[in-house]
Amino acid sequence: MDIIVGGILLGGTYALIAMGLQLQYGVARIMNLANGEVLIAGSFAALWLFTGAQLSPILSIIIVAPLGYVINWLIYRYLLQPLVKRSKTQGHLEVDSILSTFGLSFIFIGLMHAIFGGEYFNYEYLEIPYEIFNEPYGLNRIAAFLGAAVLAAGLYFWLNKTRSGLKLRAVSVNPRSSNLVGINVDSASALAFSLGGAVTAAGGALISMFMTFDASIGVLFTMKALIIVILGGVKEIKGAIVAAFILGLAETAVASLIDPGLTLAAAFLLFILVLLFRPQGLFGNQAS
Amino acid sequence: MLRTKTSKLLVAVAAIGAVTMFGTDLRSETIKIGASAPKTGPLAGGAAITQWPNIKLWVHDVNSRGGIKLKSGRAKVELIEYDDRTNPGEAIKNINRLATQDKVDFILAPYGTGFNIATAPIFNKLGYPQLAVSAITDKIPALTKRYSNIFFMLGSTTTFTNSVINILKDMRSAGKIGKRVAMVNVADAFGIELAATARPAFKQAGFEIVYDKSYPLGAKDLSPVIKGAKASNPDAFVAWSYPPDTFGLTAQAKINKLNVKAYYTAVATAFPQFKGKFKGAAEGILGAGGINPDTAEMQAYFKRHKEVTGKPADFWASAVTYASFQILEQAIEGVGSKDRKAVTDYIKNNEFKTVIGPVKYDNQNSNRYWTVGQWQGGKFYGVSSEGRPGAKPVIDKPNW
Repeated sequence: MDIIVGGILLGGTYALIAMGLQLQYGVARIMNLANGEVLIAGSFAALWLFTGAQLSPILSIIIVAPLGYVINWLIYRYLLQPLVKRSKTQGHLEVDSILSTFGLSFIFIGLMHAIFGGEYFNYEYLEIPYEIFNEPYGLNRIAAFLGAAVLAAGLYFWLNKTRSGLKLRAVSVNPRSSNLVGINVDSASALAFSLGGAVTAAGGALISMFMTFDASIGVLFTMKALIIVILGGVKEIKGAIVAAFILGLAETAVASLIDPGLTLAAAFLLFILVLLFRPQGLFGNQAS
Repeated sequence: MLRTKTSKLLVAVAAIGAVTMFGTDLRSETIKIGASAPKTGPLAGGAAITQWPNIKLWVHDVNSRGGIKLKSGRAKVELIEYDDRTNPGEAIKNINRLATQDKVDFILAPYGTGFNIATAPIFNKLGYPQLAVSAITDKIPALTKRYSNIFFMLGSTTTFTNSVINILKDMRSAGKIGKRVAMVNVADAFGIELAATARPAFKQAGFEIVYDKSYPLGAKDLSPVIKGAKASNPDAFVAWSYPPDTFGLTAQAKINKLNVKAYYTAVATAFPQFKGKFKGAAEGILGAGGINPDTAEMQAYFKRHKEVTGKPADFWASAVTYASFQILEQAIEGVGSKDRKAVTDYIKNNEFKTVIGPVKYDNQNSNRYWTVGQWQGGKFYGVSSEGRPGAKPVIDKPNW
């Protein structure tokens, strides 16, 4: 029971890390290597609002997410759209976007380093035990999980039940045909990229409640997010969410039953198995 | 207000102009000091607390005194700093570049055990003294034998682990704890070496290790580690941990109410951020390092550190790092020139007066250092040391 609850809580954290990247990669086809830095920027914003204005990190999402949206829109519009326009194939765009967002990640690190300094940051918020089935869990992690659940449910329903969501899914499946049926692929991609950035920044704000972070730790999150998105199959937000929970459960089970030192090994084993037997990811289509 | 700002700006512009126009031809001599340490990467957080602020403070202190006294007059320090990106290859490249391209007179030792060992050959080859601080290893005798220019100040892995074990032994003799110890470590060179040294030592001291696990560096969820340790019903908890996990483990120990009379986490327990986060709950927590914060020199140092860098110093390696720069300064003044060979010899053969008290190297290793500290009443006091006076008695850790 302990493993299941702990695994689900960790899965929530992983979902927060990966959902944004899934939108950016799945729809806008930008493999955003600055994903982790955007997350940490969200953490810094939450820390700053909490220590400066006593604003709860959960409420700070109201500020952090729109800000994340605007900044990511600007990044997409001025830095990435020129690449999208000139690339002839998807592979070409992927290489270009990997290189440029890799550079972007250094700009983010440099900015955060200059503004906040290089040391470790954390703060204490809702770090009180809350018992589920007679086992204590940090209330902040439960709050982050609930935040992940709300974001995931919101994204899922929006993508699947609304017209604008349908457009995004269409672009995700085939950008060229989407264009033929009158979908503005450019604006749909910009929307997906900015929304992904906003989700990632909001995730960073939630995760900062229980993480010790510094300006250059983002790459660890990018790595986790990449694994999860590829595990889930790049086309479906559902895939990223399910993969996040599978990874969370697997890591917690290995840590509790075998050895905490093997959690990384377990994650990569899972990754290799999926690549070997379902290279399109858990929810990917064979055709693509 | 605006006017003072403008005039300051003018002075600054004029100063920059003067420096660029006259360069090193200015009559007063300068002494070029190079520094390479992480500003980004996994060790950047620790270096931003222990290493960089002290470099800034030392350069500020020296230059506000008018510079380092040479026979030819006072020489101001000119600092050249590089980021090693927590990458040993980059660190070696930086040292090489500082020596061959920037032609600096002295190089401050890098941050971290692995980095000091990795750069030791290049320091030696280029003939620069290397006053390592943030380096704890059992290879000190071998390294000092091979490299005549390397110096250590923070002790060896064995003394480091033994001092923790001795504290637990004393608590056991006093009837405060039993013999069940839960030990965890970060799966990184530092944690693995300490755990490997501690394992037989605990057994030899009559302790039973009831939980012995590692976790990867950067683990997102440490609750299984603490839950497992708690289930083993220990009398004492010892973690050979790095900064992010020191915070993560302690937060989880608090949530899971892991109540032990002796609770030890390694690096970062002595950071001011530790008290900042855990506040009163830090009371009684044991950790790596410690100092005697009540001496007049230390109090003055803490005050100056806060004023000049805007950040509080940590309660362990900060002051030692600063002391290593003082040693370098005093050795250069003792020799009276930038002769690196003579300065290295001077360091070997003299005693130095520093913020942490007198330092004298014995076979290039300083044998007086703090090993374990404990949070008591909002300060992190040294409770175990090798040859440093003022150790406080250990208190029992109250329940969370």
